[in-house]
Amino acid sequence: MKSVHVRYFAMFREKAGISGETLQLDVETTSDVFEQTRDRHGSAEPSAHCKVAVNDVMANWQTPVADGDTVLLFPPVAGG
Amino acid sequence: MFRINDRVIDSEALKTAMADPAAGGFCVFEGWVRNENEDRPVERLEYEAYEPLCVTEGEAVLAEASERFGILGASCQHRTGLLEIGECAVWVGVAAAHRDEAFKACRYIIDEIKVRLPIWKKEHYVDGPSVWVNCERCSKHQTAKPGT
Repeated sequence: MKSVHVRYFAMFREKAGISGETLQLDVETTSDVFEQTRDRHGSAEPSAHCKVAVNDVMANWQTPVADGDTVLLFPPVAGG
Repeated sequence: MFRINDRVIDSEALKTAMADPAAGGFCVFEGWVRNENEDRPVERLEYEAYEPLCVTEGEAVLAEASERFGILGASCQHRTGLLEIGECAVWVGVAAAHRDEAFKACRYIIDEIKVRLPIWKKEHYVDGPSVWVNCERCSKHQTAKPGT
């Protein structure tokens, strides 16, 4: 198990009801974090439509997650 | 320079700051808040952003445009918060020796900004509940499983 700080944005934050939390998760990658927090961020989106960052650096869904990392889950973006 | 904040975009000031005697062309794109989307009347827009990564990624986009098109300078500013119809949500300016690279770089920057930066847009409609743009499946899920 790893201690992972998970942050939610926009629709994910509204669904979770909180902007972030620390969870004990059995995860290897960011994709695992996305799947194991579906009951929180509530997204029916496939992860490919969303973006992710680890420790304030843009990442992808194969990026490894270490104990103590902060994983930022971004719903589909819509700037401009 | 890339900036993101909740202040009104002063396009004249941004343009003046890019003055360059070597520039023969200056291209601007402004994204404005439109009063409808997909036949639904829009009352206002709300932008949310994760600023630290917006700045990092926005600066990367500007650097890429400079390297690809050999321009003299590029600048972009994006709004956050509640915006009314007609307000400028995003401003992109490019100075170059000639118009061709100015147009191409400006197009490149706005296209990349829209798909890469962690910015989200909520549309507030005249005739119904607000919706996060590009989150259609999220919305359906929300409707199907309230309270989860």
